[in-house]
Amino acid sequence: MNLRADLTRGIFKENPTFRLVLGMCPTLAVTTSLENALGMGVAATFVLVCSNMVISSLRKLIPPAVRIPCYIVVIAAFVTMVDLLMQAYTPALADSLGIFIPLIVVNCIILGRAEAFASKNSVANSVADGIGMGIGFTLALAIIATIREFVGNGSVTVWGDLALTGLHNRAVVLAILPAGGFVTLGLILALINRLQSVAAAKRGGPAPLPLEFDCRHCALCKIAE
Amino acid sequence: MKPEAVSKDFYVISSSPHTHSGASVERIMLDVVIALLPAFAAALWFFRLDALRLTTVCVATCLAAEWACRKAMRRGNSISDLSAVVTGMLLAFNLPPALPSWMAAAGSLFAIVVAKQVFGGLGYNPFNPALVGRAFMLISFTGAMTTWSASEWTQKLRYAAVDAATAATAAADAVTSATPLGYAKEALKAGKDLPIFDLSLLRDFFLGNINGCVGETSALALLIGAAYLLARKVITWHIPVAYLLTVLAYAAVLRLTAPSTSLPPLAHLFSGGLMLGAFFMATDMVTTPVTRRGMLVFGIGCGIITMLIRTVKSGAYPEGVSFAILIMNAFTPLINRATRNRVFGAKRARHE
Repeated sequence: MNLRADLTRGIFKENPTFRLVLGMCPTLAVTTSLENALGMGVAATFVLVCSNMVISSLRKLIPPAVRIPCYIVVIAAFVTMVDLLMQAYTPALADSLGIFIPLIVVNCIILGRAEAFASKNSVANSVADGIGMGIGFTLALAIIATIREFVGNGSVTVWGDLALTGLHNRAVVLAILPAGGFVTLGLILALINRLQSVAAAKRGGPAPLPLEFDCRHCALCKIAE
Repeated sequence: MKPEAVSKDFYVISSSPHTHSGASVERIMLDVVIALLPAFAAALWFFRLDALRLTTVCVATCLAAEWACRKAMRRGNSISDLSAVVTGMLLAFNLPPALPSWMAAAGSLFAIVVAKQVFGGLGYNPFNPALVGRAFMLISFTGAMTTWSASEWTQKLRYAAVDAATAATAAADAVTSATPLGYAKEALKAGKDLPIFDLSLLRDFFLGNINGCVGETSALALLIGAAYLLARKVITWHIPVAYLLTVLAYAAVLRLTAPSTSLPPLAHLFSGGLMLGAFFMATDMVTTPVTRRGMLVFGIGCGIITMLIRTVKSGAYPEGVSFAILIMNAFTPLINRATRNRVFGAKRARHE
């Protein structure tokens, strides 16, 4: 099977955050700083890869009627491992992520990949899919967090190193508040939808329709003008 | 009675529109701009160049953002409907005079892009853009948004304190750069009795000779503009009257039950952004109910929330007009649905 396609799918084409719009709860909650976003991304990637691997290898043993509880048990086991490992080796990060580490259990990306991919594909493909989706999720979190931390805080700091500075005292505090998370995510989604529409129009194909498509809220047919 | 005989006299058959009142978006927005001019004049008088600077920055940024958004969305341009000018003026009137220009520009950008054009432009925005801009700035730039220019209004406070020395320290404590509502809130939090607001001070409140946002201080100028809007039938009396009467009643009850720690009702009426909010922002056609009964509900709701924010001791903000109107904006669809008018001749809906 095509491992490369499975690996790269999650990064842009089916990016879990920006294209599938899954896992919004951690996306909005932990992107107040780049550190938290990277921590969350790596933790979720680990759980995703491991759970994909185990679920894929057990896919012929799990009866369809009880598959969701089985997936949850597998995912919860790995989340517990991550939780304990982070408390032991990165206590500061574990503190600042708090409840959102245990909550990876109910992250819809992980359950979604188990249901939509790992339960139907071979172990190697499922691991590739998990890695790709994990990278896509981490990238998306990092992009949102960089914007929010930079705008809301004036500078971006990663483990003591000043990564980005420049706003000085012109920070816009709203960006790191919950409302700012929604606004930032919405603007990024709008930008990505637009880039995709323009790219589709250039290829000559029809632009992908947005959800709840109607002409009052949309000017897609004029996008190529 | 024969039906044909009736129909000939009563029904003239022609296609719509039957008559046109001449109202248009441009004309209504122009009327609002005209109605804001007295307040603008008062702002120029009290705050001089700061009022001019903030209004120019806000209006210019709003127009530029409106133009750029419509351009990016490939929609017809809507600069000429003047709604961005109204948003810019209202936003500027809601800012403290010493606010840096870049903050005013950021707020205007947020108001037009996030509060208005993202939803599809004029008519689709659920919240009043100018108030969203103000709320954005109040949360993002809390310090700058609550810094007021120095003024002598606190010198006119008379203290009912026992001896002259206490009165003197109290007067010195009363930082001159506070709004009356901010001053009252601080006193409430500190558990101190409020000084006496006498009639000459209330006259200053009415004329606008107090601290506050650029365009909100002069109740007189705002009332002149409101009279123009009412005369032109751009707004109806329902929302402002319900709003102001609710505030007045709430303040009166408070004054009767706790006279030493509450402001006089008239001080509540003429201070803060109440007059500006009640006549110019709670009456925005897009974001407020369409039925008369709904408007009354909207006004009463605004009044109660405003007074709750102003007078609850543990509250963080001394003034609540903008948040009250925004919260009621969110209820507007529900109010519209609940107060739907009965179609003439239709049976009353039976409640189960």
